[in-house]
Amino acid sequence: MAKPMFARRLSKELKDLAMNPPAGVDIIDANDFKVWKLGLAGAPGTLYEGEKFQLEFNFGPNYPLESPQVLFVGDNVPIHPHIYSNGHICLDVLYNHWSPVQTVASICLSLQSMLSSCTSKERPPDNANYIKTARANPKHTAWAFHDDTV
Amino acid sequence: MSAGTISEDEFEGSSDYDENDFEDDDEDESDTEFGQTGDMGFQDMITEKQRKKAYEVDFSVLPLADIMAAQTSAASHVSGILGVSLQQATALLRSFKWNKERLVERYMDHSQEILNQAGIVLDDVHTPVLKRPRGFVCMICFDDSSAGPALGLRCGHVFCQPCYEQYLTQKIVEEGECRRILCPESGCNTIVDEETIKKAVQPTVIAKYQQLQDRAYVADLDNLRWCPAPNCENAIDCRLPHSSFKTVVPTVLCACGYKFCFGCGLGDHQPAACGLVKMWQKKCADDSETANWISAHTKECGKCLSTIEKNGGCNHMTCRKCKYEFCWVCMGPWSEHGTSWYNCNRFEETSSTDARDQQAKSRASLERYLHYYNRFANHEHSAKLDRDLYTKTEKKMEEMQRTSDLSWIEVQFLKKAVDVLTSCRMTLRWTYAFAFYLARNNMTDLFEDNQRDLEVAVEALSELLEKPIEREKIAELRQQVLDKTVYVGSRREVVLEDTAKGLAEGRWEFFVDFSK
Ligand SMILES: [Zn+2]
Ligand SMILES: [Zn+2]
Ligand SMILES: [Zn+2]
Ligand SMILES: [Zn+2]
Repeated sequence: MAKPMFARRLSKELKDLAMNPPAGVDIIDANDFKVWKLGLAGAPGTLYEGEKFQLEFNFGPNYPLESPQVLFVGDNVPIHPHIYSNGHICLDVLYNHWSPVQTVASICLSLQSMLSSCTSKERPPDNANYIKTARANPKHTAWAFHDDTV
Repeated sequence: MSAGTISEDEFEGSSDYDENDFEDDDEDESDTEFGQTGDMGFQDMITEKQRKKAYEVDFSVLPLADIMAAQTSAASHVSGILGVSLQQATALLRSFKWNKERLVERYMDHSQEILNQAGIVLDDVHTPVLKRPRGFVCMICFDDSSAGPALGLRCGHVFCQPCYEQYLTQKIVEEGECRRILCPESGCNTIVDEETIKKAVQPTVIAKYQQLQDRAYVADLDNLRWCPAPNCENAIDCRLPHSSFKTVVPTVLCACGYKFCFGCGLGDHQPAACGLVKMWQKKCADDSETANWISAHTKECGKCLSTIEKNGGCNHMTCRKCKYEFCWVCMGPWSEHGTSWYNCNRFEETSSTDARDQQAKSRASLERYLHYYNRFANHEHSAKLDRDLYTKTEKKMEEMQRTSDLSWIEVQFLKKAVDVLTSCRMTLRWTYAFAFYLARNNMTDLFEDNQRDLEVAVEALSELLEKPIEREKIAELRQQVLDKTVYVGSRREVVLEDTAKGLAEGRWEFFVDFSK
């Protein structure tokens, strides 16, 4: 749950998101300043065209000074070299490259572009091992970022 | 600043000595209190005491004030040479990991680049913006009012003051960052300079920031390491090259009384070198599950192969079927073990190999590991029991001091004994990790003899301390304990001298290469 000084920011983000959602993004559930569920549609002309995904955002009390916890949930987790089958996403802006000027919308855009630039639908090579050992919160993983060309 | 090497009497050390004389203190104590015992061979130790021992290294203890003063003095030197402020010199030195020479040399040719890297702005034109520009929206809290303080670095990314403060506080307090706190803007590499930080955050956060900088200073210098004892603010200065830690175990003693390894920061692990310790700990962590399983399960009798279960603490096993007597640990015949359990301190490769050949090969190697591991763990456990015993005894001694004519000084012998006992057990413990990796040659017999002598002496002293204290016999007990304490200490010294010399001379061969 966001601190009061940042609750205002989240309510503004929510309003912007409802009025001006990035392409393919829709709000499924955002009733508090703790957990939001968003829908993400695979962009036309990409390997994910026609697919629907669900994203979960968890905001800590220090959001936006600290990044939110973001993961894919639901039955369809995109098959992508940087997305583990448990929904964890290997994307540096969600962890050590987070900046407080980043927003829910900007994260969605980063994810869209990550999906769109994918050339072959496959899981990360260490998927089997990772999902066995990973903690529930992806922020507790010591991420060694895969090359960001994919 | 106090200079010193550890001597055998480090158990004397506690908070009550003056830092300048702690070495002298040590020497004095040992001469007056322990010098006159006529123990055989101990006289040699006394003579040896004058020299630095093979297992000792030179070091000094630096209190926090000295650490801070050293930074200021380096900065004022650099500020004089480069013509920058003290604070700017400090920032420059930090970005060069306090390598003065390299900084000055590089600064001559690339001053602007180096200033940027360190997040320093020399001219007034680029000092931080403090007002909200027209059409301002704080991109952290989305506040768009035109009133109130704001802050922006020379990069022009302006945020409202409360957000900036929260951001910096988060970085410093939560994330422990002090060296490279960047502008909050995504992808902006402008470093928030110390002056701006100090203007923006609360005094408690500034204190934390300073503490982080001191931490980073010590981490930057190879010859410094913080004392790991909780609440201790001293650092140790040891000038040995880190490459020498393959053959030297750099044990240091902080003024707070904590003895630890300068090389790796763990508690004292003489006589094992840092690399060996690391390998052993990893092995223990990896093998603990398998080892637990094996040790909890059964073995086959070396003669008739019927299954035998261990249910008591004793290692003396008798097969129910064929009455064959053997040692649970090494599987060798018990007849070779004499009467005392500690005779199985060596895993006799020859006499018990045949017996073990009947067991699976992997099991044998695991048993070998267990042999050393159990002894390693046993001393840790026993040291705790010794401590518990001491706590109980201490109460009794206090009472005696009140009701008899014994002085406080006179009842201290038990504390000394337990302290020596503990440090001997810690040494013994590591001798088993050392022995596990040691390849047998003709030099290892002496090591094992020394190890056994120390082991026997330790158990004897431990047993003596378990005796009930009777008031009439206290003088007698005191003398016995004092004598045994001196003896145990001297046995430990023998083990440490021999192993340290062996390491320095390359006399030991190990199964594994732990020199990295
Ligand atoms: Zn703000
Ligand atoms: Zn900036
Ligand atoms: Zn200390
Ligand atoms: Zn070490």
